[in-house]
Order: sequence, then structure tokens, then C-alpha cells
Amino acid sequence: MSLWLVLAVNSITLGGLLFLLSAGFSLIFGLMKIPNLTHGSFFMLGAYFATSLIARGFDFWTAAVLSGLLVAAFGGIVERLILRRLPGAELAQVLVTLGLSFMVADVCLMVWTGDPIRVDTPSGLRGATALAGVAFPRYRLAISVIAVICAAALWTLLDRTRLGAMIRAGVDDAPMARVVGIRVPQLFTIVFCLGAWLAGFAGVIGGPILSVYPGLDQEMLPLALVVVILGGSGSLLGSLVGSFIVGFLYNFGQAMFPELAYVVLFLPMLIVLVVRPQGLFARPAG
Amino acid sequence: MNRIALAAALVILAAVPWWVSGTYYVNIASQILLYAIFALGVNVLAGYAGLVSLGHAGLFGIAAYAAGKILSTGSGHGHVVVAIGAIAVALLASAVFAVLALRGTGLGFVMITVALGQIVWGVAYRWISLTNGDNGITITGRPSPFGFSLASPRSFYWATFVVFLAAVVSMAVFVGSPFGASLRGTRDQPRRMTALGYHVWMIRFLAFLFSGFWSGVAGLLYLYYNQFVSPQAVALTASAEALLMVISGGTATLLGPIVGATLVVVIKNVASAYIERWNFVLGAIFVVIVVFMPEGLVPGVARLTRRAVAALRPHAAVPVPAPGVAAGGEPVRGPSPPLNGSERGR
Repeated sequence: MSLWLVLAVNSITLGGLLFLLSAGFSLIFGLMKIPNLTHGSFFMLGAYFATSLIARGFDFWTAAVLSGLLVAAFGGIVERLILRRLPGAELAQVLVTLGLSFMVADVCLMVWTGDPIRVDTPSGLRGATALAGVAFPRYRLAISVIAVICAAALWTLLDRTRLGAMIRAGVDDAPMARVVGIRVPQLFTIVFCLGAWLAGFAGVIGGPILSVYPGLDQEMLPLALVVVILGGSGSLLGSLVGSFIVGFLYNFGQAMFPELAYVVLFLPMLIVLVVRPQGLFARPAG
Repeated sequence: MNRIALAAALVILAAVPWWVSGTYYVNIASQILLYAIFALGVNVLAGYAGLVSLGHAGLFGIAAYAAGKILSTGSGHGHVVVAIGAIAVALLASAVFAVLALRGTGLGFVMITVALGQIVWGVAYRWISLTNGDNGITITGRPSPFGFSLASPRSFYWATFVVFLAAVVSMAVFVGSPFGASLRGTRDQPRRMTALGYHVWMIRFLAFLFSGFWSGVAGLLYLYYNQFVSPQAVALTASAEALLMVISGGTATLLGPIVGATLVVVIKNVASAYIERWNFVLGAIFVVIVVFMPEGLVPGVARLTRRAVAALRPHAAVPVPAPGVAAGGEPVRGPSPPLNGSERGR
């Protein structure tokens, strides 16, 4: 398989993971206007929880769903106990979530030590599949499929259900949504937990390719930030497109300009910020 | 009264190397002053301009890297050239940061500064031929400006103290100047300032340069203090630490960043001596201060003292508006003005 094809497959895989991570971030940011800097920590926590669960004999997929739920519970606690006290104070929220991410990172270091932990690829998905004469690593294909399924599920939830309609109403105009009888604070908790679950789940299924190590949170968070700034907050389509753009930029940037990989990653974001501050797919504020 | 207190504080600070025993503590005092300079620089934006930057470690680090780079080329440049070069590079970087970051206010500003800081970090970490990557840049020896060697902890402390004094004086002048007043105006009422004919963008831009200048000076001192700089100095954590110093001490006060720098450096050293969990402590302080003491330690303690004094004097217990409370009452709950400055920044 040629280098470019490998890079493209890796980019799509990373894009899928980033979509799961950033869809939650984007929803939280879009609905609640909370720049949740603990989102990278949710990703890492999910992966760490899963390693412990797998070590206790759970199979990979059960562990993935369960760690997602644990992370969601943690997210719910954070939202109820801390973020709820700071409504509308965006910069206070930035600082609190940043502080929390430091705390989580240190607790993880204490509990799971500083050594990287490998997550084994689930047994059915090891090896490669031949497609049109080219061998693709099966697990990476699976991640892309999972991302697509999650994207479809999220889209259905947001676009076709009553809950989704309420969330969209909240994103568009929270005070108005409140006036027509939508319990926005409750929605906030639901969305925050959903976002945390997605991040935790993404952390687990990313485990076999990335493995888990201290600093994973600080590595993923800027990527999610870039995705949301590129795609625009609160936009599912924006997250999807942004994730794949970042996936490709990151992998190809690292292969072609290894010394400037970060510059390649952040430059498009700066250009978008300067030219179109609301992001590629979001409607302008106001 | 205030002048006597100020003079006393100056004498006590200048005499630190005599009444503090052991080079370890003198070094900690140097660190405190160095970070106080940095925090004062960050405070110009976070406090007086209402623009919270999470990328200032980038400016701090750029100065340190630039100086380290000029020194390590071994072309025998004097330290004056090195200092001027490093500050010039830091100012140039500040100008670039400012042009990009001032596209947004409030959250947009935070996000852009995070991104810029991460780019600097990425370059420091990855561009190995330029920055030596994770191994960082090591320099040999501290400079001897005007024949006064800074090699010993004591002499380095005094040199830092002189720079620190310059920073404090420049801040005092800045706060009292019409420029400082107009900057606070752009923080509180940007639209009104525009209507009054002020060039809001230019005021913020100049404030950014002023802030970047002192961050660069602190970065230069950092390089000389450690004789080493690595990507850690430009990481997001470093920017967050600087912001914590400002916010814990109290934003938009002259004393706040100094108190905050003292607090953070002392806790950091104490915490690393007794417990390994410095990052946990850092995060916890962040959370506690933002949730429970949003106005910062200095105004917070001042508020509590006023209350205590009022409670001790039964006659005065009936509301006597203390100075500073007049404008809109005491901020008991909810963030301090600079923290939600984004609301007005739009």
C-alpha cells in the first residue's frame, strides 16, 4: 500500500475519532456557550477507565460503553456542581474547566502511573481486509464506520426527535426556548452528559491506535478546538467536515513537514478566525 | 502613611538576601520577582483591557528562546545586544499575536491566543533544528552588565529586583496615565469609547505590546535564571499559571499580580517539596478561586477586612459606603468585572 493511501486511511480514522470528540464539544459550546476545556480530559478518562475495566475481564465493547457512561456521570457532576454556578461567565468557565483538566490529569497520573497503557484491538477486528486489491487495517475501517453511525444517530436525534428539537431551540435562542416552556437547565445537563459520553467513548475506541498516556488530554483538546473553530460551534455538519479537515492536515502535515506539523494544523484555523470568525458552517451570531 | 509602608516594603525587599538565609530561599525570591514581572505584564491585558490571554507563555518563551539562540550561536555578541534582540523579537511576536488575536474579544480572544500559544509550543517542541526540541537550549553563564556579575544568587536577585522596580513603576505610571484610563474605558464601554472618538483597536494593540514587552523581559530573566529553556516554558500550563497569578491576586490591581506570583511560586515550591501533585493543587486553586473568590485574593481580603472593621465598630455598622464599593456594590457572587468582560467586549 502506498504511503499516500496509508496516510489517507489514517487521516480518515483520526477524523472519525475527532468527530466523536468534537461533536460533544461543539454541542456544549453551541447550546451552553461553555468552552469546555475538560473535554480532552473526558477523552483520556474514558480510555483509562476502559483499560481498568478490560483488566477486570470486561470485553472491549462493553468496556467502551461503560467507560463512556462513567465519564458522562463525571461530566454531569461537573456541570451540576460547578458550571451551573457560573452562568454566562465565559471566562470564569474557561478557567474552571482548565483547572479541572489539570486536576483530572494529575489524578490519572496518580492512579494509572505515567507509563503508556496499550489497549488491545478487539479480537474480531485484528488484521487487514482486502478491498479492491488493497489491504486496509480492519480496526481503522471499523472506527470510520462507528463514526458514521454515530454521526447518523446524532443527526437523527437532533433533527428528528422532540429532544433534538428542544436542543436546537436552545442553541438558537435559549431565553425564547425557556419562554415556550422548554426546561433549558435540564437540557444543559443532558447535552453535557451526552458530550462527555461521546468524548469518553471516543477515548476508548481510539485506545487501540493511540494507546493511553499522560498528556493525551492536552494533545486532543487543541485538535477539538481547531475542529470546532473551523466548523463553527453547534453545527454537526461543521464538526464532521472540520474533523476530516483536521484529520488530513494533521497526518499529512506530520508526514510532509514533521517540524512544522503544529503550524500546518493551526494556520488554517487562524485564517478561518480572521476571515470568517463564526466558522465555516455556523450562521453568523446575532 | 502609604509612602512609609511603600518605603518599608522596598527596604525589606531590597534587603532580602541579608535577612533570608540560604541561597535556596534567595533563589525562590528571585523567582517570585521574575514571575511577578510576567504577571504584571499579563495583568495589563487580563486586568485593565479585559482581554484574557492564554498564550502569553509563548511571548515569554519566544524572548527566552531568542536570547538563548543568539547566545548559543557563539558569535560573541555582548549581552546588551542579546537583551535588545530578545526583547525586539518578543515585541515583534506580540505585534503578530495582537493583530490576529484582536480579531476577537472575550472568548474569541482566548481561543486565538490558545492557538497561537500552541503554535509556539509546537515550534519549540518539533522544529528541532531551530529549537533543539525537547532538550531545549542551554546557555553557559549569566551576563555581567556594567561589570556587575550576576552569577551568584544574591547579585541575580538584586538585578531582578531592579528590573522588577522598573516594571512596577512603569505599571503605576501606566495605570495613572490617560492611556491607562482609556484602556479601562475600552474594557468597560468599547462602544462608548468608539463614539467618543477613541481608536479602540489601537489602544488595545498598544496595550498588547506593553504587556508583551514585560512578558519578554521576564522571559529573558527566566533564561538567565535557569540558564536553560525548554518547550515546558511555553506550554499551555505555563500560560495558565501566569493567568492564575493574576487572577488569584486580583485582576486590575497593581499589588494583585505580585501577591499572586508570590503565592503561586511559594505553593509550587512547597508543593513540590512535600507532595508531588503540583498540577492538582494548581487546578484546585483555579477552581476554588473562580467559584468562591472571583474577585481575587487582594480585593477579596480587602472586602473581608472592611466587613470585619465595620463589624467591630457598632456605630459605623450601618452601611457606610467604603471606597471602591460605591460603583455597583460588593461583588459577593459572580465573576469580577474582568472575568465577564467579554459581555461588554462585543
